Amino acid sequence: MGGYGDVRMIDENGLRMDGRKPGDVRPITIETGVVPVADGSCRMVWGTNEAIVAVYGPMEAHPRKIQRQDRAVIDVAYNMAPFSTTDRIRPGFNRRSREISKVTKDALESVVLLELYPRSKIRVSIEIVSAEAGTRCVGLTAASVALADAGIPMTDLIVSVASGKVNDVVVCDLNKEEDNYGEADLPMGVLPNSGELVFLQMDGNLSPEEFKQAWDYNVDAAMEVHKLMVKALKGGDN
Amino acid sequence: MNSRPVGQLDNMSNESNAGGPRDSRRTLVVVPGEDLGVSEGIEAGHGVLVVDDRIISTKQGRMSRKGNTISVDPLHTRYMPRPGDLVIGHIEGCTNNIWFIDIGAPFNSILPMSLGPAKVEFGGTRKVLDIGDSILCRVQEVEETHQSVVTMKGMGLRKIRSGALDELDPHLLGRLIGKGGAFLREMKMETDCRIVVADNGRLWIDGELSNILEVRRRINSISSEARVVGVDA
Repeated sequence: MGGYGDVRMIDENGLRMDGRKPGDVRPITIETGVVPVADGSCRMVWGTNEAIVAVYGPMEAHPRKIQRQDRAVIDVAYNMAPFSTTDRIRPGFNRRSREISKVTKDALESVVLLELYPRSKIRVSIEIVSAEAGTRCVGLTAASVALADAGIPMTDLIVSVASGKVNDVVVCDLNKEEDNYGEADLPMGVLPNSGELVFLQMDGNLSPEEFKQAWDYNVDAAMEVHKLMVKALKGGDN
Repeated sequence: MNSRPVGQLDNMSNESNAGGPRDSRRTLVVVPGEDLGVSEGIEAGHGVLVVDDRIISTKQGRMSRKGNTISVDPLHTRYMPRPGDLVIGHIEGCTNNIWFIDIGAPFNSILPMSLGPAKVEFGGTRKVLDIGDSILCRVQEVEETHQSVVTMKGMGLRKIRSGALDELDPHLLGRLIGKGGAFLREMKMETDCRIVVADNGRLWIDGELSNILEVRRRINSISSEARVVGVDA
């Protein structure tokens, strides 16, 4: 949320810098089974974002102190590859990746039937290979596809989309410039079948009306993305 | 594991009739959260949940209906031990009187000294079965917490000393064995190999090296064919 200064990101026709209308989502490709050694995996390309997620487990939880007697634990590791952005990222965990790993874990815990696997662990590795904006949404969405691919029982898939405000206009699925110079960002995780919300963050300021508009954009986009996820899991081409 | 694509089965619940895709004549691939219809008069099998009088799929897999029971057979899954299963395990560790066995399940199994292959003195477990050895054993007991006990007391249960081990996803074993064991019998005859198929998806193949390689090639082809969604188990 750097503030936009004199940068114009919405033209006089209401189109954004990449030619999208305010409610449009970037093109998405979803592929499952991309990591042969993993129990389940997913590669998701969302605009210029690219995430590869591998799921292992359920397996015995080590060290034993992390085991829960009544349910499984999910271990999420979100990581951005050093080459994923124009500025090289120092390899390894940092404050941001820890935060995203935690919120992703919390969101996944609300859909996975953890009580079926007491004392075990499900490991989810999210690797961002190319980052533009909204990598936490891509990571979470791809993680839910990879979990389904691994045969882990879940009540629903999670679709995560971010909307925000740019030049006082609410837009859906922010790209890099809109994310950097825009005024607000609202990533959400939605369960498309039940309509429940499992993940919500907000950065910047939105009026109640703008918040409602961003919310609606996110829910509508989530339904569209869910169709692609279902198609990928059922074996259709996108 | 690895899988994919194919069939353009358009059975998304919102595009089919209001009752959900409950046509037992077709094998439908469903995804978690998909609505499979009203639950009245229907029993929920494995892989489904009843939420607000609707049946909801919890796994990605093929929906099947047997009588009044609807269940979802997952396309990929980890092996879950059941009592009586014949399994191939690897020794992962041991104490003075217990071996810890990896049977490919979420948890290691234990093999107590009393159920071992031979009479063992207290503290002499590694002399009989050492870490890294593979064994053919049977699941004796599974607790609610997934802890399982295996036994080597029984006909044909032994330490594996020759041949090769291979793995296949447990849900693909039906394809390897065939109807009434026909496909497996044919493979044994053609390759002149001894093939033991364990319920945890591990296979013990013993025979001439060239024949073992032929069996492994056929098993790999079953695996890769299965990556095509829509091919029936």
